[in-house]
Amino acid sequence: MGLQLIKSNTQVDFIGLKKIAFVVSAIVILAGLGSLLIKGGPKYGIDFAGGMIVQVKADKANDVNVIKEAMNDVDLPGMVVQTLGLEGDHEYLIRTSSSNISSQEVRTKVSEALTGDLGADGFEIQRLEMVGPKVGADLRAKALEALFYAVLIIAVYISGRFEQRWTAAGIMAAALGGTIYGVGLTGLDMGWLIVVAMAVTIGLCWYLKLNYALGAVAALIHDVTITVGIFSILGKEFDLTIIAALLTIIGYSLNDTIIVFDRIRENNLARKNSESFGAVINRSINQTLSRTIMTSLTTLLVVACLYVLGGAVIHDFALALLIGVFVGTYSSIFVASPILLGFGPSAMSEEEEAVEA
Amino acid sequence: MQSLRIRIITTLIVLAIGLGYMLPSIPGVAGSSLANILPGDAVNLGLDLKGGIHLTLGVDMDTAMQNNLARLGDDLKATARDEEVFVLRPNVLSDSRIEMTLLKGDQKDKFESAVSDFSPFNVESTESLDGGKIKYILAVSPQYKEEMTKLTLDQAIKTIRNRIDQFGVAEPDIRKQQGNRIQIQLPGLQDPERAINIIGQTAHLEFKMVDDAADIEKALKGIVAPGRELSVLMNKLPDGSYSETPIVVKKDAVLTGEYISDAKVQLDTWNQPYVSITFNARGGTIFANLTGDNVNKRMAIVLDGKVYSAPVIQEKISGGRASITGNFTREEARDLAVVLRAGSLPAPVNILEQRSVGPSLGQESIDKGIMSAMLGMGMVLIFMVIYYGFAGFVADVVLCLNIMLILGGLAAFGATLTLPGIAGIILTIGMAVDANVIIFERIREELRRGLTARAAIAEGYSKATLTILDANVTTVIAAIILYQFGTGPVRGFAVTLTLGIITSMFTAIFVSRILFDLYTKSRSETDKLSI
Repeated sequence: MGLQLIKSNTQVDFIGLKKIAFVVSAIVILAGLGSLLIKGGPKYGIDFAGGMIVQVKADKANDVNVIKEAMNDVDLPGMVVQTLGLEGDHEYLIRTSSSNISSQEVRTKVSEALTGDLGADGFEIQRLEMVGPKVGADLRAKALEALFYAVLIIAVYISGRFEQRWTAAGIMAAALGGTIYGVGLTGLDMGWLIVVAMAVTIGLCWYLKLNYALGAVAALIHDVTITVGIFSILGKEFDLTIIAALLTIIGYSLNDTIIVFDRIRENNLARKNSESFGAVINRSINQTLSRTIMTSLTTLLVVACLYVLGGAVIHDFALALLIGVFVGTYSSIFVASPILLGFGPSAMSEEEEAVEA
Repeated sequence: MQSLRIRIITTLIVLAIGLGYMLPSIPGVAGSSLANILPGDAVNLGLDLKGGIHLTLGVDMDTAMQNNLARLGDDLKATARDEEVFVLRPNVLSDSRIEMTLLKGDQKDKFESAVSDFSPFNVESTESLDGGKIKYILAVSPQYKEEMTKLTLDQAIKTIRNRIDQFGVAEPDIRKQQGNRIQIQLPGLQDPERAINIIGQTAHLEFKMVDDAADIEKALKGIVAPGRELSVLMNKLPDGSYSETPIVVKKDAVLTGEYISDAKVQLDTWNQPYVSITFNARGGTIFANLTGDNVNKRMAIVLDGKVYSAPVIQEKISGGRASITGNFTREEARDLAVVLRAGSLPAPVNILEQRSVGPSLGQESIDKGIMSAMLGMGMVLIFMVIYYGFAGFVADVVLCLNIMLILGGLAAFGATLTLPGIAGIILTIGMAVDANVIIFERIREELRRGLTARAAIAEGYSKATLTILDANVTTVIAAIILYQFGTGPVRGFAVTLTLGIITSMFTAIFVSRILFDLYTKSRSETDKLSI
């Protein structure tokens, strides 16, 4: 047999580590939420907030201050100059919060300012994006809708999928749909609607004793919250591609959790009476550990390549994936599984057990 | 298990189709004779990779509606006059209503039948005024309004398409969007600002008589005689900017751009470009009469409410030609000719969204994307061989086939490859081996339990297949939702991710199994499996 990173007889007591894991998760989540609170919510890119960006590439390394100084005399409302991507790319982003001025005017102003300080051949305007307030609001609504439906459909899918209880999933879908529709009528903001949807999902999972689903949903909320929080701490902006990354993270995190939970269910059905549910979970995590690590490793490997070499435009997207894949792997072991243990195997598993016995 | 031969043939057919669709996208193949026998074209590149400009325009429907109502009101007034019913100049009110005053109350029936027979208006309310006058409030039906909105949007799109065609952009993409919006994609454009000027200009050309007798000082204070309006005469300065001089013109246009049949750039004796316009037959007659009646008076040439020149009419002009001068640069003159030829927009448009990417950044993105894909893939390939031996090699082979199928699939479905789309392919490289990892780990477990290589492979595949299918569903759900709600580049990501997951299941489960079967077939039952 080839190499083995994880020995086949590995017996790490993951469940025993749940307290440490809980503290670690709590600290990271609280830090992220704290940052969001202090900064007054996520920092929106122009896709959502409206405004204009100009991406400039200098032909040699310039201190960001040189660009800033050059832009100082230019009168653009709410102007921010920042470095884009990696230091070696010498690419800079000039952003203004106004979308009322013509792009022509901005182009001219940026060119004039930079020509003075860098010389006419020293830079190039590579990209200009303008999003008006109307389109920004539309895109924001669309992004929230996408997240909302993702949570909704995935909640229904996993309650059916994990428990093989599609009736329960149906009830779940109907109840969730009904509640959201009712709450939606009150004209609540879409962002809060998502929070309500998640709370209702968790409540329903708990009420219907869909404990596998409960663990999985908790894990994906955990992952998205942490990714959003870290982005806030790093001062990164949210735009459409970051939403795409978040949805991918949701998919990836669930994928990971499903593999572990599948094994738990398989082992639980064949469990001997002397073995505790905790021991079953531990055994299952250990059995799938090799796969979990391998897949995360290959995925992280390629995403890291994208992060380092993919260029400035895709940089933050890759960063979000990097964080998300890492946290998603961690959460299926340290979040989803302990929660499953806390609530015990689902009702159905017990029924199946009764049949087996 | 189906027979090995059938599975091999199926695989070869699928791979051949995939290869056929992928090859045109490889540089060098497209132009060669090989391209003639291949089924498809190269993969479409998104604007973020090709460079170009993406615009979302909002058509100002309020203004369009007001213009339309004013025109309808004038038509009604003219119709009534033909019947010898006289009304005062109509006033456009809010909520798609107009106000009209009938001068003689006893013509009430005649006027009302004119309204119902010859106009889309309905009488909403009437009010008797002093002297037997009757004030009418007329409104159009919501259906009519809706139809008019649709018509306006269609006409705006037609005009914009015309302009872009005349401007000369290859493969423009112009679509109607919800909320009276128009989305325009122009690939590979060097000068985005010029394109925006051409597309966004209303280009409403009018000829109005200048009222030289009017008191400019008074007009500036807001006192203008009835039927007159204050406008500005644009004077181009040597540095390219304009100075504005106030000028009073008669409100009613004597001729409009509707009657233009052609416009082109010409040079005057000082090599200064100007736009020469040719009227159609009707326009030519109007213009001839007009100039004949107004010799020695000034006529203003008004474009989008601004006067560009106000020459004195020297003599009757009967050739049906006029020229617009204004110290234009050659480029400005050419652009003006383009918009005049293509016709005016039925309403002003606003740029709601603009994204322009220079060609150098696009190429850079492609290069960087390929770079990171190559490096990432290389590392994964090496890693898999080191970790799983022969089995890792199998995983590598099917991974390469998978990439080929993704690219072929993109071309076959006519999907657009964007920068996030490339990221989707790169992500798939990492995730595609997951299926093989799950299978291999299962096989290893079965081997540990003491099964023979062949039995362990069979067991591993059968146990892992369902898990793989299941696990991938969640990512596909996320991708489908992304596709549904995302815009351009993000959609590209959703497409490659979905395609990658589907093709990876084919290659990682179906194709890799064939390789294992071929491998074990050539060996004895007791041989060890390199995994």
